[in-house]
Amino acid sequence: MKNDNLSAQEVVERIKSGDVSCEDLVCRIYERIERSELNAFVTLNRENAVEKAREVDKKRNEEEYKRKKLLGVPVAIKDSISTKGIQTTCASKILEGYVPPYDAAVIEALKREGAILIGKTNMDEFCMGTSTETSYYGPTRNPYDLSRVPGGSSGGSAAAIAAGETVLALGSDTGGSIRCPASFCGVVGLKPTYGLVSRYGLIAYANSLEQIGPMASNVTDTALLLDVISAKDERDTTQAKLKLKNNASANYCFPGWMNAERTGSEEINVKGMRIGVPKEFIEGVSPAVEKSVWNAVHKLEDSGASVDEISMRGLNLKYALASYYIIAMSEASSNLARFDGLRYGLRAGRDEDWHTTFSRIRGKGFGEEVKRRIILGTYALSAGYYGRYYLKALKVRTRIKAEFEDALKKHDILAMPTMPFVAFELGERIKDPLSLYLADVNTVPVNLAGVPSLSIPCGFSNGLPIGLQLVGKHFEEDTILRAAFVFEQL
Amino acid sequence: MLRKEEIEHIGWLARIELSEAEKELFEKQLSSILDYFAVLDELDTEDVAPTYNAIGIKDVVRKDEPKEGLSQSEVLRNAPKKEKGYFKSPRML
Repeated sequence: MKNDNLSAQEVVERIKSGDVSCEDLVCRIYERIERSELNAFVTLNRENAVEKAREVDKKRNEEEYKRKKLLGVPVAIKDSISTKGIQTTCASKILEGYVPPYDAAVIEALKREGAILIGKTNMDEFCMGTSTETSYYGPTRNPYDLSRVPGGSSGGSAAAIAAGETVLALGSDTGGSIRCPASFCGVVGLKPTYGLVSRYGLIAYANSLEQIGPMASNVTDTALLLDVISAKDERDTTQAKLKLKNNASANYCFPGWMNAERTGSEEINVKGMRIGVPKEFIEGVSPAVEKSVWNAVHKLEDSGASVDEISMRGLNLKYALASYYIIAMSEASSNLARFDGLRYGLRAGRDEDWHTTFSRIRGKGFGEEVKRRIILGTYALSAGYYGRYYLKALKVRTRIKAEFEDALKKHDILAMPTMPFVAFELGERIKDPLSLYLADVNTVPVNLAGVPSLSIPCGFSNGLPIGLQLVGKHFEEDTILRAAFVFEQL
Repeated sequence: MLRKEEIEHIGWLARIELSEAEKELFEKQLSSILDYFAVLDELDTEDVAPTYNAIGIKDVVRKDEPKEGLSQSEVLRNAPKKEKGYFKSPRML
């Protein structure tokens, strides 16, 4: 498994200097996708992308183009993000053929900065899954072993990066959907602080938990993409209005210390950084994962960080999992009420009365996992159960958030395994939904607390990648990126 | 424990038609998932306030300025059934 692609930073430099033709680069990527067995994409944007690439090659010397941060960089987009004029299905039958009339805020930002949209990546239907097996368009395969899953729900994005079928990708993360596939496919993926990136145009699953985030083959590219997509946007009222230096137009700015041409005046290190390793997140993971994560943490310690094994005693992970799934399913049952085949999407069979027609459309258009979650969410919100399930889950969330804030008072970052194990076999877990939910045990607490977190490759077990998860304080993406950057150089 | 009839009823509330096979499958699966959720009963949360949003944002307003929206044809382009510039819905009754 070798990805011989240039990094995004290299692509931008070489296109600007004329060393690389954007058209050649883009065409090579499509040739690779054509030969691929991964099924990483639901829809390709070939004609349009090649045309844009030619434009980049022609205009690369114009002042306006020279300033573009992602000039000519191929980016794959998770199919949960609306793209004007490009089919957007959320990997569901109910949205087959839907072509959004507008762009998500993050897509507008990508276009402004000169990125080339390669296509829409496969995912679990409506982001509901951990393996990309619930897609109506068939599962995506893990590039390291075609008989295994790529993780989910942003499995197509992670697999495409790992196999060189794109340079960068966007994912979305509700309970681990960026970090899990990043871990299983050996790439870097970051879930931003809740409110850092505009969700305008993201098809909602559980809107109080999810964020769009960057995925890349290295830490610097991850930061570069985060800088672009965190542009301020008043259409998402939950986007944080941070007061930033220099009237910055984005909530996160690409840090000078990461720049390729930095002067060397600032040494990049983790000296004095306090890393907490919560034992609750290590108990129960496979021995290979545990060993690899401790190795990684000790390397950071050898580079000057201080490491404490800690206990987040109030954070029993089974409470976090239950709380997460109740909240996510409840929000899903409300958010997915809009899919009725009236304004867009599937309209199956002859129209009868209103309720019968919509029930039939939704029965035919949604897959099994989506139905399961809508049914459970509807139940949790229904009269008599609201207090026991939904309200209770929101109160437990308060405790979990406090537990993270407490641990992050004493430590700059927390380190732990992203997933309890490496990529599993296709079909191994899909028949038992609860066993799949349990796989998210280390990622969902982070979404409940709304803190930022990234996954970075830290080793292999039997040839399959292992991910190290680094968790930071609210809006301190820079600290986890710094630690990840240092680790990547070791 | 969710019985088949309850699942059918919730399916109706959620406007999702379920096949017999799905009802039987969900009867088993959903009950075991709800059993798992019941762990929250162990926690006393009497004095804890609920968290709806992790960064405490609420009541956000912006200036009420008119802006160009999508055109009628753009809005209707994805509609499976339309007539005279409207979405065509099934009959109400």
